[in-house]
Amino acid sequence: MLNNVGRPTQPMETDDNMVTVETFTGNHGLALETPLIFEQGVPGRVGVDMEEPAPVKSRLGNLARKGEIGLPDLSEPQVLRHFVRLSRQNYAIDAGFYPLGSCTMKHNPRINEKVARFSGLGDLHPLQPASTVQGALELIDSLAHWLKTITGMPAVAMSPAAGAHGELCGVMAIRAAHEAKGETRLRILVPESAHGTNPATAALCGYKVDAVPARKDGRMDLEAFAAKLGPDVAGVMLTNPNTCGLFETEVKQIADMIHEVGGYFYCDGANLNAILGRVRPGDLGVDAMHINLHKTFSTPHGGGGPGAGPVVLSEALAPFAPLPYVVQGEAGFELLETRHGLAKDSFGRMKGFHGQMGMFIRALAYMQSHGADGLRQIAEDAVLNANYVRVGLNDMLNSPFDGICMHEALFDDSTLKGTGVTTLDIAKAMIDEGYHPMTMYFPLVVHGAMLIEPTESESRETLDQFIGAMRHLLERAKSGDVAYFQGAPHFAPRRRLDETGAARNPVLRYSPSTEEEKGTAAS
Amino acid sequence: MSYRFTEDHEWVLVEGNIATIGISDYAQGQLGDVVYVELPSVGGDVSKGDELAVVESVKAASEVYSPVSGEVVEVNGELEGAPTLVNEDAMDTGWFAKIRIKDASEIEELMDETAYKSFVEGLDE
Repeated sequence: MLNNVGRPTQPMETDDNMVTVETFTGNHGLALETPLIFEQGVPGRVGVDMEEPAPVKSRLGNLARKGEIGLPDLSEPQVLRHFVRLSRQNYAIDAGFYPLGSCTMKHNPRINEKVARFSGLGDLHPLQPASTVQGALELIDSLAHWLKTITGMPAVAMSPAAGAHGELCGVMAIRAAHEAKGETRLRILVPESAHGTNPATAALCGYKVDAVPARKDGRMDLEAFAAKLGPDVAGVMLTNPNTCGLFETEVKQIADMIHEVGGYFYCDGANLNAILGRVRPGDLGVDAMHINLHKTFSTPHGGGGPGAGPVVLSEALAPFAPLPYVVQGEAGFELLETRHGLAKDSFGRMKGFHGQMGMFIRALAYMQSHGADGLRQIAEDAVLNANYVRVGLNDMLNSPFDGICMHEALFDDSTLKGTGVTTLDIAKAMIDEGYHPMTMYFPLVVHGAMLIEPTESESRETLDQFIGAMRHLLERAKSGDVAYFQGAPHFAPRRRLDETGAARNPVLRYSPSTEEEKGTAAS
Repeated sequence: MSYRFTEDHEWVLVEGNIATIGISDYAQGQLGDVVYVELPSVGGDVSKGDELAVVESVKAASEVYSPVSGEVVEVNGELEGAPTLVNEDAMDTGWFAKIRIKDASEIEELMDETAYKSFVEGLDE
């Protein structure tokens, strides 16, 4: 096994031949431990010397805090070291390959960051008068224009804060459209392979979720779908490409069928990366679709920044879009803030301000630095990379659905049958190899699913090394080395965590007394 | 009486006009460690195929569908504090709910133990 610059790697050390050295501090070289921040406080210690504020007459009445606030007293270097140490135990796309399926963990280009830090953009406040932020409003308007162009849709709501918030926006618009016609509809159809947020969104909007089974080829079962259609169906929520990494080839037909019964077509745009510049959802009959700027348009996520989930809307749903939104008035750009004029049918407001400005800047920088041909190549390379991984592994792992995949390669765990090694064990062993694990046990329609999305960011060398590592692990699993896998991860800052214990007895809040009572003081 | 099963891996045990419902041992094995069970309210009516409960494991949250129509007369409160019962004893003390049966013929449509066993074997191939 060669690493990606062609030098032989060191033989892997296992627990058997590794000498365990306990240090006095608990640190291991550059791997530095840090106690909980609450345990580091020393009463009276401060980060910044400030004079006691002059006494003011309290207007809080009986709302004033009675007890201690319970925050630790810390110095600035203590705080800095605590969080720097924690950050060094983290895994990020900036550190390595992150093939988490359906999450599109692509590289976040530095030019995005540079533009977002321009003082004319980075130092704005959302409450500034519109006349002082014309450039920022124009930027939102430009991004909206390109999102509409890319998707072939006539309108876009920019304010939703992330994917699931975008789904909520779309389904609220669907409900508002039915209500405007004086109709009450009860059911939303959702395929079994959907992201869990789809049924959750429908349920939150008061709909009964009716699951549509998948066909043997991984697409939605059209006959079962047809059988469930009726005048009480508000809409269908379909992810395309779906979570099996497959394009829903009958998507036009699905759109026609839902429209025939007066329902609307919500498309989950989580996997837009695979079809960028190749397919316009507007041409497929979509009525609403969220766009994860943090996936497709490279804004940092997974702990690196907030999401952003603009929702493109069809003519039918556009009048119900949430407030506020940017329009071009006589005196320049302005924000429509109330239900008047154009916005008289809006279903209301979903968010305090106009959306995630920092993410808008990065997404537009990404689009403009790539151009139309570059965006198209993103989709092509993302699909190529996923198929490269699929073909690199498909003699050792079973693909539950035949043929070429889109942006992600899906495998089941049939190859592990009888080995005693599970999908979870493989994921933990991947951590030892320096990879963030793939998405596992999802979609639910595939047994022991392993969902691998490499994205277009990765070079052939990275993919070759990853495929080599996976092949090595699978061979090891088949050779009967169960103990190695059950002990994984061996080299992470923490070994296998008790996920069951954490889920059954979650301790969500630090309190010294709780720690003592339970006798589980953090170590 | 003997167990009857659905294709969604619920089991039913009938005594008189009361049906006790749980999930099969195969189902608990597939789910992995169960961490939470959401039970229906006593007194509520369910129809066959309605969502009766939700069982959450470290891998996934899954719906448990009612194999029969009727009124929920009792739920297994033990599961709230000890969801592990579903893993340890799925077919007995890990039961979910008891339902007063409205239409006994619905039971007849379900698989018996032999049929369910070969159904599960078919899934594993």
